[in-house]
Amino acid sequence: MSEQTTTITFKDRARSIAKDFGLPRLIITGFLVLLLVVSPFVGADLPTQISNIINRFSWNGILVLAMVPMVHSGCGLNFGLPLGIISGLLGATLSIELGFTGTMSFFMAILLATPFALVFGSVYGWLLNKIKGGEMMIATYVGFSSVSLMCMMWLLLPYHSPNMVWGMAGKGLRTTISLEGYYTQALAKILQINIGNLSIPTGALIFFALLAFLMWAFLHTKTGTAMTAVGSNPEFARSAGINVNKIRLISVVMSTWLAAIGILVYEQGFGFIQLYMAPFYMALPAVSAILIGGASVNKASIMNVIIGTILFQGIVTMTPTVMNNMIHLDMSEVIRIIVSNGMILYALTRKTEGAK
Amino acid sequence: MSKNSLGDYLRRFSVPLMFLLICAVCAPISGLSPSYLANEIVTRMGRNAFLILSLLIPIMAGMGLNFSMTLGAMAGEIGLILVCDWQIVGIPGMVLAMIISIPISALLGLFCGKVLNMAKGREMITSYIISFFINGIYQLVVLYLMGPVIPIKHGTIKLPRGYGVRNTVSLLSMRQKLDNLIPLTIAGVKIPVATFIIVFLLCLVIIWFRKTKLGQDMRAVGQDMEVARDAGIDVERTRIISMVLSTVFAGIGMIIYLQNMGNIATYSSHSQIGMFCIAALLVGGASVDKASIGNVFLGIILFHTMFIVAPKAGTVITGDSMIGEYFRVFVSYAVITVALIMYETNKRKNKSKESQQLALSQEEEVNG
Amino acid sequence: MGKAPLLEMKSIKKDFFGNQVLTDINLTLNEGEVIGLCGENGAGKSTLMKILFGADSIRETGGFGGDIILNGEKVSFQSPFDAIAAGIGMVHQEFSLIPGFTATENILLNRESKKKSVLSQLFSDRMDTLDRKDMDTRADEAIQKMGVNIDKNMLTSNMPVGHKQFTEIARELSKEQLKLLILDEPTAVLTEKEAEALLDSIRGMSKRGIAVIFITHRLGEILSVCDRVITMRDGYVVNESATKDTSVADITKWMVGRDVAGSDANHVTEDLGADKKIVMSIRKLWVDMPGETVRNVNLDVREGEILGIGGLAGQGKLGIPNGVMGLYQAGGTVTFEGNDIPLNNPRKCLDSSFAFVSEDRRGVGLLLDESLEWNISFPAMQIQDKFLKKYLGGMIKWRDDSAIKAVTDKYIDELKIKCTSSTQKAKELSGGNQQKVCLAKAFALEPKLLFVSEPTRGIDVGAKSLVLDALKKFNKEKGVTIVMVSSELEELRRTCDRIAIVSGGKVAGILPAGEQLEKFGELMLQNC
Repeated sequence: MSEQTTTITFKDRARSIAKDFGLPRLIITGFLVLLLVVSPFVGADLPTQISNIINRFSWNGILVLAMVPMVHSGCGLNFGLPLGIISGLLGATLSIELGFTGTMSFFMAILLATPFALVFGSVYGWLLNKIKGGEMMIATYVGFSSVSLMCMMWLLLPYHSPNMVWGMAGKGLRTTISLEGYYTQALAKILQINIGNLSIPTGALIFFALLAFLMWAFLHTKTGTAMTAVGSNPEFARSAGINVNKIRLISVVMSTWLAAIGILVYEQGFGFIQLYMAPFYMALPAVSAILIGGASVNKASIMNVIIGTILFQGIVTMTPTVMNNMIHLDMSEVIRIIVSNGMILYALTRKTEGAK
Repeated sequence: MSKNSLGDYLRRFSVPLMFLLICAVCAPISGLSPSYLANEIVTRMGRNAFLILSLLIPIMAGMGLNFSMTLGAMAGEIGLILVCDWQIVGIPGMVLAMIISIPISALLGLFCGKVLNMAKGREMITSYIISFFINGIYQLVVLYLMGPVIPIKHGTIKLPRGYGVRNTVSLLSMRQKLDNLIPLTIAGVKIPVATFIIVFLLCLVIIWFRKTKLGQDMRAVGQDMEVARDAGIDVERTRIISMVLSTVFAGIGMIIYLQNMGNIATYSSHSQIGMFCIAALLVGGASVDKASIGNVFLGIILFHTMFIVAPKAGTVITGDSMIGEYFRVFVSYAVITVALIMYETNKRKNKSKESQQLALSQEEEVNG
Repeated sequence: MGKAPLLEMKSIKKDFFGNQVLTDINLTLNEGEVIGLCGENGAGKSTLMKILFGADSIRETGGFGGDIILNGEKVSFQSPFDAIAAGIGMVHQEFSLIPGFTATENILLNRESKKKSVLSQLFSDRMDTLDRKDMDTRADEAIQKMGVNIDKNMLTSNMPVGHKQFTEIARELSKEQLKLLILDEPTAVLTEKEAEALLDSIRGMSKRGIAVIFITHRLGEILSVCDRVITMRDGYVVNESATKDTSVADITKWMVGRDVAGSDANHVTEDLGADKKIVMSIRKLWVDMPGETVRNVNLDVREGEILGIGGLAGQGKLGIPNGVMGLYQAGGTVTFEGNDIPLNNPRKCLDSSFAFVSEDRRGVGLLLDESLEWNISFPAMQIQDKFLKKYLGGMIKWRDDSAIKAVTDKYIDELKIKCTSSTQKAKELSGGNQQKVCLAKAFALEPKLLFVSEPTRGIDVGAKSLVLDALKKFNKEKGVTIVMVSSELEELRRTCDRIAIVSGGKVAGILPAGEQLEKFGELMLQNC
């Protein structure tokens, strides 16, 4: 092999960026741009559309952000997101049960969800360390099992708050719990900006930005650097004296905790707590969002989170309106299923770059 | 050595034993009569056996649990919907539906096999996502293309808006036609003889298949792809064939399943079927890399007994009928989770056992 | 014999990207003849056999020069399958067996006996059923031909290693067209008794008219079974003689002997540093590194020296640094400056100021997808808290990117790493530059003791001397003790003060670097 450095011209760079970006992502971006351009012509109100996208972004951003730590540490996409969501739901219901109201109930929910997230996350991380290489499938089923276990628990746990339990039986939590009087819009209404039809949930965006910044900062610390190295090449990390299992465990706990916070933020925007089977398929939109944003099974950045959430939520909110106005045909659900799962499939069949 | 194998033996059958225990506890509590139970289990045996048997071939080829067997189920449903619209009834209708489903299943199986060849080492999660992806395509076809593109005439099938298929399609014209083809009742238990004959035939085919060259190649590919390739076996093609076969069998199995049910829930019949079939197979003592016909039947008996008695027992114990419902869903998922974990940890354990042995022998040498 | 030879290889040449690995090789082989092929690792034996066997890796790297004539006809194999069809069989060092299959099934893998069935007429012949009875007969025949008895119904996963080897040989013998069998170090995994049986079996094959090329490091075996022995060195055939005219000592000399001119003259043959302090001592070390097992190694390292560890591949030399550094399961005691170093814990080794440059550059040595900055600074950052800014009394340890860039640029400069910038990804560099990055990573730790494993593997000549010079300089200027493992004896002799030769997982002996080559050769083959 001869000693030569490959000189990379600007053109090559540009081409490689386009290649990295990937055809599916280009199509999705193009599709969203098309939707935005078309929408005024078919009679959809653009400002409403845009504030819809921004709102949905503020609900979902943190759930997508929760993917980042595990991707960094090489645990793959966190299909076990429902486990973290359950921690969040426990925090939410406990906060209400204990009688907190208003914005206070939101922060209490975060506080109460945290220990659950830490415990569940640790057990989950310990398990994933036992089965390195098969994380994603087992994560999926850990999520499913925990959701179905909690279905029983929601019925059996001694909740009493009249706002949450079934009116007739006086026990067992309802499938949907309204957050009116509790933390609905708790973040969104902080510094909310309303211009005509355009409304921006400033508080929720700031909260997302805060967590995203903390994640970014974490990845710049010693431990964060180690996490990226573990994901990039675990053998390298081990030979550099890193306790690979410990780093992976930390990443799983972080991801679980972020999922717990993420669902609480989602609820404050949505206005309802959804229990029972609702968390079941929540991992898939988050997974495909980060992939659409340009992440792969072993690489993800904060930018991927932001772009991915905007693109994904953009398509989810825009398609029904535009389609409906255009051809009076709501195919949005079908398109969502095909796009999001197609994206995951695309990522799974990519050869993972590099040697590892 | 013998002690070790006894432990292995126990571990292999720990899941069936656990289910035996659950059933033994719940059955008396549920208060269901033995004859009712027997009837139900025989019915479910006929209903599910064919579907579950379709899972065996990919396991043989080392591709794990075929979560994308739902692809075949969708193909079977499309066949049935079309046949219903053409108003072909009874057994001829079923046969025609099967004939329609086979090319669709084969195509989907081919697609699935190709994708899985691109995702070696993560077949299961990929096949799982494929099932979601194709579900989207299926909805596109059934909800939007059936009507304008694929002609659907009958008002009981078409949605009032003029295109798309209704949520439920009644199969009254072929309901249990196969099951009742040869009527037989023993001690109050109705036996679907014709269905059992077909299941039996499939078992024979699978046994025979294991003895063929192709079956041997699949076993080789399943155990070590590289060695098989070095020996000149076309690994990719063999894997694709196993997926195609599995999907085609699943399609036929779905038609048998639905003729017993008597109607199609157009948008949800297939979605859970993969999960319940896999859970039943695992309950029968199968693992991700090893499954036999015996596992299928033991699995159906144990899993479906649990399925029948759990809600009743749950109602009796807690007074809430939902508890039992959720319990059986939980158990289905939990059993798959445990099987997956056991499979992965065993893979790792085998590796570390090897190194332990080496270390031990070296230590002996050092000390000796 | 008068008959035309079975195989003739005429002026075979092969280069890998300009790097000549085989030069003008001529080889003839008669029917039923057994020849031994020996030479150090990298002498070109396996490349030659790959060419003969039509391996993909040869075609992918630009093919080869020269002709292969089999049975008087010029052949050109497009794949190993062509070679097999032409009657050449090869038993590789790695087993190619399906674990869950019986010996019979493995012997006849993809060549099973079949019975026609109705469905096979309809579809393809893959639907034929297997004819187990006929398979058993064929397997029996092959086992009988081999002359070593193995249980044909035993599952491969339950077999002892030796039986696996015999199953592979039986597979080749079951091929009716087999005329030439290549055995690549078949006795390495066998017990003495099994090896003896294999030699008998080779004699049997030869009687049946099957020619055998036998590659081994055990020279005694060659002498006892072969008709001729061919010795290769540096891509040349250096000697070809009838075994009856030669001896182990002769072959050893041919294997290692180079022209005694040039650099060697500078070296001293006495042990100069005997009075130096012992800085690290290894006692009763065993390491479970697959393919490089170490057994009961005792070794003392002197302060400030460069100690070489040499030996043939697979003898365990790589296991020593990997075991001490905790990357593979190990046992025994290691003391450094009087302190016990716990094994199986890489962190403790690094904390004791060890550093390690792994032989597996791409697998262990580098973060291929990350920048040079990360690669070079990572261990020092994690172990010694270098390149970090601390806030809130050390609570937050922030990566100091400018310090990292500074140190990376320093090493890029010092080691002349060719790259576009310090943020270029490691995978984009050439092998030699990647190796320099690995060195920089170790240097940045400022270790007291540095293990370097195969520092010049797979890099070109220019980079080789740069790397070796950098090591020497590091040793001289910083007084760092270096333990260097290499398969290339010549390179060890140029760089090290003393050289320990590992053979059969044990230290066969330690010699001053200037000692005569034959002495090293003897040690290398001692426990093989």
